[in-house]
Amino acid sequence: MKDIFTLELLWSTIRLAAPLILAALGGLFSERSGVINIALEGKMLAGAFTAAAVTYAADVKLGLGAGSPWLGLISAIAAGVFLAAIYGIVCIRFRADQVVSGAALNILMLGIPGFLSGALFLSSGSTPQLPKDHLLPQDPKIIGLALALIVAATWYVLYRTPFGLRLRSVGEKPEAADAAGVSVEKLRYSGVLLAGALAGMGGAYLSIGQSSLFTRNMSAGRGFIALAALIFGKWRPVQTLMACLLFGFTEAFSNQIQGLIKLPSGEDIPVQFIAIVPYVLTIIVLAGFIGSSRPPLALGIPYRKEK
Amino acid sequence: MTKLLRELLFPFIAVVAAFIVGGILILLVGDNPITAYSLLLGSAFSWPDGIGYTLFLATPLIFTGLAVLVGFRCGLFNIGAEGQLYVAAFATAWVGITFFNLSAWLLLPMCCIAAILVGGLWAAIPGILKAKFGSHEVINTIMLNFIAVALVSYLTQYHYRAPGDPILQTTVIGYGAHIARLGKFIPTFPERIPLNLSFLLALLCCLLVYLFLWRTKWGYEIRATGSNPSAAEYGGISVKKQIVIAMTVSGALAGMVGINEVLGYHYRYYDGFSDNYGYTGIAVALLGRNHPVGVILSALLFAVLQHGGIYVDGFSEHVTKDIVQVLQGIIILFVAAEGFFRGPFSKFGLLKQSKV
Repeated sequence: MKDIFTLELLWSTIRLAAPLILAALGGLFSERSGVINIALEGKMLAGAFTAAAVTYAADVKLGLGAGSPWLGLISAIAAGVFLAAIYGIVCIRFRADQVVSGAALNILMLGIPGFLSGALFLSSGSTPQLPKDHLLPQDPKIIGLALALIVAATWYVLYRTPFGLRLRSVGEKPEAADAAGVSVEKLRYSGVLLAGALAGMGGAYLSIGQSSLFTRNMSAGRGFIALAALIFGKWRPVQTLMACLLFGFTEAFSNQIQGLIKLPSGEDIPVQFIAIVPYVLTIIVLAGFIGSSRPPLALGIPYRKEK
Repeated sequence: MTKLLRELLFPFIAVVAAFIVGGILILLVGDNPITAYSLLLGSAFSWPDGIGYTLFLATPLIFTGLAVLVGFRCGLFNIGAEGQLYVAAFATAWVGITFFNLSAWLLLPMCCIAAILVGGLWAAIPGILKAKFGSHEVINTIMLNFIAVALVSYLTQYHYRAPGDPILQTTVIGYGAHIARLGKFIPTFPERIPLNLSFLLALLCCLLVYLFLWRTKWGYEIRATGSNPSAAEYGGISVKKQIVIAMTVSGALAGMVGINEVLGYHYRYYDGFSDNYGYTGIAVALLGRNHPVGVILSALLFAVLQHGGIYVDGFSEHVTKDIVQVLQGIIILFVAAEGFFRGPFSKFGLLKQSKV
């Protein structure tokens, strides 16, 4: 057992939880404003692909060297915001079904990276390898600190600023907020765009932080795990952070025990069992078996202003 | 007649608009949209390969389209068809492997029932969770998709793979469980094309779903629940019961994909066989305006695209088969944001009263 619970396990938990935390906090802003976000997966893919492609271009074409991943990160945020803007226009302006349009964005983003990398890099869905020293910081202490700051900022914005109060109010009782003179549309747009920015950032960390290139469908369901963490964390920042750390830990733990622990029958523990932990926990929590988990009241309901 | 035209017009506009946006993307990456589109659409109409493979690819999409349709009609969004078809396909293969030597008269019906039953039961889980605890079926079906994939991949990898097989697939099913390919009955149609009797089963299911939803009491109650749950409840319909029934029927339909893939094509369970059939089913149902006839038409369209994708990959310079996925996403976005088209077209009074 001593070989398993090492400091390395903690570091790897933080590294693996980082993209989940970013995407889940993004989802938090969007869902607390009343807009469902099942498109976190698509936005992460957009961020991951853009980050890798731009970092490569900045490194090779512009010669920015160690500065290139930062340009990649900014572009990933822009890509997430762009996708979120489409989502916002469709769901808020045209009051389309949020789940359907979210699903559409996810399907779209399964195609776009492959489509673009085929055209730009003549590859079948991946970007060229980046040099190891031209990536985002890997040091878990720096990452942990950055994440702590982002979570603290989210908490502060949500609970201690007028913006946060209004954002939460349009997610619970949009009619009341509207009557009080708050623009439901504007606040929901801000929630959705913040979600795009954070999920794009989370995606960037997948391709130019944890890895050194984009590969086809590299998020592999992490957007949905982030969504699961958001629900598991009952739509609150600190609990969501804990849920992400728990899910990051299950992944790190599952990587760590490969070949170390065996079943009594002498076989490896099947990875599939550990992989489904977040999904099973979410179903249990959503059914109310572990305390009650109540979504924002107006979640998923398009708002029509009374004239 | 004008009603029918109106129903057809909107999906048509959505598809054309998606092709225009896709065309711009193709131009941007430096290829000719007309060449790309003629590769994409043109390859589907040759006899026998083009038509055979297109109908074969349409088969699972009809099943998943119907599955999503039944959910939508009850006001439920079943994103879980992907998971349901995986567990169902594994179940049908399991029966075919376990009772290897049974005669076709017994084995084939048993395999089919396994697919329908297991698909239905897997979908009943989110149905029951929604009815009992009010938890959102969208979240639960997404989570169950991942659980389903992990479960069948575990069973395949650890228990049903032939020793030493490098591919993640089970051993083969008994001959009695094979479904005849259409090549057996049509003289100029070679048997190497995997189009099989499941295609006819899919068409039959369209008829059955139509009769079920619009000609039976159960179907009426499901649609009443979908259009206004509180009114339905007030009228004496048990909304909770309808939710569970609709999810179960939906899952059973998705499960039938397993019949086509396992009994008609691979003759074994093959891990990761589904090319996002469950998710494409969403596009199929929405574009088909949640009507069985519409589902057939839009399943054919997406099958044409999927088949053409292979040719695009092979013969164009920059464009890859990913364009199919891109078009699909844009089509759903346009269908979802119907209001987007209302503006410019409402002048002509054509789209005024259409509703999903």
